[in-house]
Amino acid sequence: MKNTMSRTGIIISCILMAAVPYFFASGYQLFQLTLVVTYAVAILGLNLVTGYNGQVSLGHGAFYAVGAYTTAILMDKFNVPYWATLPISAAVCAGFGFLIGLPALRLGGLYLALTTFALAVAVPQLLKYRLFEDYTGGVQGIVILKPDPPFGLPMTGDQWVFLFTLLVGIVCFVLSANLVKGRIGRAMMAIRDQPLAAEAMGIDIAMLKTRTFAVSALMTGIAGSLGAIAVQFVAPDAFGVPLSLTFFVGFVVGGGASIVGPIFGAIFVEFIPNIADEISKAAPGAVYGVLLIALMFLAPGGCASLVRKAAPYMPWNRKTG
Amino acid sequence: MDGVLHQVFSGIASGGIYASIALALVMIFTATHHVNFAQGEMAMFSTYIALTLIEAGVPYWGAFVITIVFAMVVGTIVQKILMEPLMNAPVLASVGVFIGLLFIFNSVAGWIFTYTLKPFPTPFGEGGPLLGGFFSRHELGSTAITVVVLFSVWAFFRFTSLGLAMRAAAFNPVSSRLVGVPVATMLALGWGLASGIGAIAGMMVAPIVFLDPNMMGGVLLYAFAGALLGGITNPLGAVLGGFLVGIIENLGGAYIVGTELKLSLALIIIVAVLTLKPAGLFGKVLASRV
Repeated sequence: MKNTMSRTGIIISCILMAAVPYFFASGYQLFQLTLVVTYAVAILGLNLVTGYNGQVSLGHGAFYAVGAYTTAILMDKFNVPYWATLPISAAVCAGFGFLIGLPALRLGGLYLALTTFALAVAVPQLLKYRLFEDYTGGVQGIVILKPDPPFGLPMTGDQWVFLFTLLVGIVCFVLSANLVKGRIGRAMMAIRDQPLAAEAMGIDIAMLKTRTFAVSALMTGIAGSLGAIAVQFVAPDAFGVPLSLTFFVGFVVGGGASIVGPIFGAIFVEFIPNIADEISKAAPGAVYGVLLIALMFLAPGGCASLVRKAAPYMPWNRKTG
Repeated sequence: MDGVLHQVFSGIASGGIYASIALALVMIFTATHHVNFAQGEMAMFSTYIALTLIEAGVPYWGAFVITIVFAMVVGTIVQKILMEPLMNAPVLASVGVFIGLLFIFNSVAGWIFTYTLKPFPTPFGEGGPLLGGFFSRHELGSTAITVVVLFSVWAFFRFTSLGLAMRAAAFNPVSSRLVGVPVATMLALGWGLASGIGAIAGMMVAPIVFLDPNMMGGVLLYAFAGALLGGITNPLGAVLGGFLVGIIENLGGAYIVGTELKLSLALIIIVAVLTLKPAGLFGKVLASRV
C-alpha cells in the first residue's frame, strides 16, 4: 500500500515538476531550473560512487567536462543532433571513468581522493592544450546552438530544453534507484561497509568498484552533456577545481547514499551561491566551507537524513503510523 | 646543455618548495592517516599575514618569524578544534572537513585581502643571477632556506626528546600514552609544525608566482605528487620526491609537454606511482589489520 502510494506520489510530483515551471517560470528561471536538474544528475553520479560505494571522489567535474565537450564537439564539428550526443557521451565518460578508476580504486579511499583531486586540477589545462585545439576550440571554447522544439510543438526553446533535461534526468534517477535497490546496489554498499565480508561472499571488490566508478562517471557525463546543451557554451575554465568541489558540496549537503539527496544538493549549489554572492564575492566559499564542516559534525547524512527523520511527524504520515 | 642545467637548477629551487609542503603533508599523514587538502590554503593565508606585516613596516625577517609562529598557532588550533574529534572518522568525514577548511581559508583570504594579484618581496635582493647564471638570487636563497628548514626538522625529530616523543606518538599512540607521552598535545604540535613549514614554503614561492588566494593550488598538487613519489609514509622520501617532482616538472615542461601541460605532469606522476609502485620509491608497504 505504502509503496504504491509513494510511486503515485513520485509520478505526480514529476508531472508537477514538468508542468509548473512550463506554465509559470520565466526564461531565466527555466534556465536555472534546467541547471538544477543537470546538477542533480551530476551529484547523483557522485553519490553512486561516494555515497553508496564509499569511494571519495573530488574530481567529478572532469567527467562533467568530458560529457559537455563530447556533446559540444559532436554538435559543432560533426553536426550530430543534440539528443543523439547523449548516448555517445555516456559511453565516452563510462570508458574514461573506468580507465581513471582502474589504478586508483585498487588502493585506499584516500588515494582515490588524491588522484581525482589531481584530475580536477589538470582538466582545464588539458582542455586548452593546443594539439586538441581544432576540436576543443582552445581557450575560446565552443558555442553551440539551442535546440528547437521537435514536431513543431508550441513552446519556446527554453521550455523545450527544460522538459528534455527533466525527462533525461528522471530516466537517470529511475535507473540509479533500480541499480542501488538490486543485487549490485547491495554489493556496492557491502563493499563500503564491510569490504572483508563482501570479498568473502564472492564479490570481486576491485572490479565492482571500478565499474561503479564507470557508471558514476557515465551519469555525471550525461549531466555535462545536458549542461552544455542548456548553457550553449563550453570553455575550459568552467570545469576546474571549483566545479568538482561544488559537486562534492552538493553531495554532502544533499546526503550520501540517498536517491533524493542529490536533488536537495543541486538546489543548494544552484541558488545559495547566487544569494550569498550579493553579500560578497568571498561569501559563497565561506558558506560552503562552514556548512561542510558543520554538516560533517552535526548531520553527516545531509538533508536526506533530516527529511527521513522528520517524515514520521509530517501530517500526511501520521494516520498510517 | 646549459639550457638543461638551467632547468635542473630551477627545478631544484621549486622542488624545495614542493618538498616542504610534501613534508608537511607526510607529517600529518604518518600521525593521523589524514591528507590535509587545506595545507596549501593555510600556507597561502599565512603568506598574506607576512605581507600585511611587511606593509605595516615590520622588517622582513621579523615578519618571517611572526608569520611562522602565527601559522603554528593556527595549525594547532585547527587540530585541537576540528581534527581531534575526527581521529577515527571515515575517510569521507575527514576529506569533507579538509575541503571545508580549504573553502574557508580561501574565501576569508579573498574577503580580507581581495582577489587581485599582489607582488611579494624577496629578502635576497634583486640583481643578476649567481653560480654561472644558473640560479637567480631568489632561487638560490629560497633553496638555502628550504634546505636549512628541512635539515632542522630532521635534527629536531632525531636529536631532541620532544621530537622523539612526537615520533612515538605518531608511531604507536597507545604505548606512548602508557609511558607518559601526552599524545594529543604531540599531535597538535605536529600540526603546528606542519603548518609552520607550509608558511615558509608560501613565503618562498610567493615572490615567484605572485600572491593571490589561489596561489597554492598547483603547488599543493606537486607536493602530493612528490609525497606519493617518495612514499607517503616516509618523510625523507617525501622530501626527495618533492625535489624530484620539481626537476621533472621543469624538464618536462621545457622539453616534453610544454609549459601549458605542466599540471598534467603531476597527475601523470600520481597515476604512475599508484599503478606501478603504490608505496612510492622509499615508502614501506602499508598493511592493514583485518
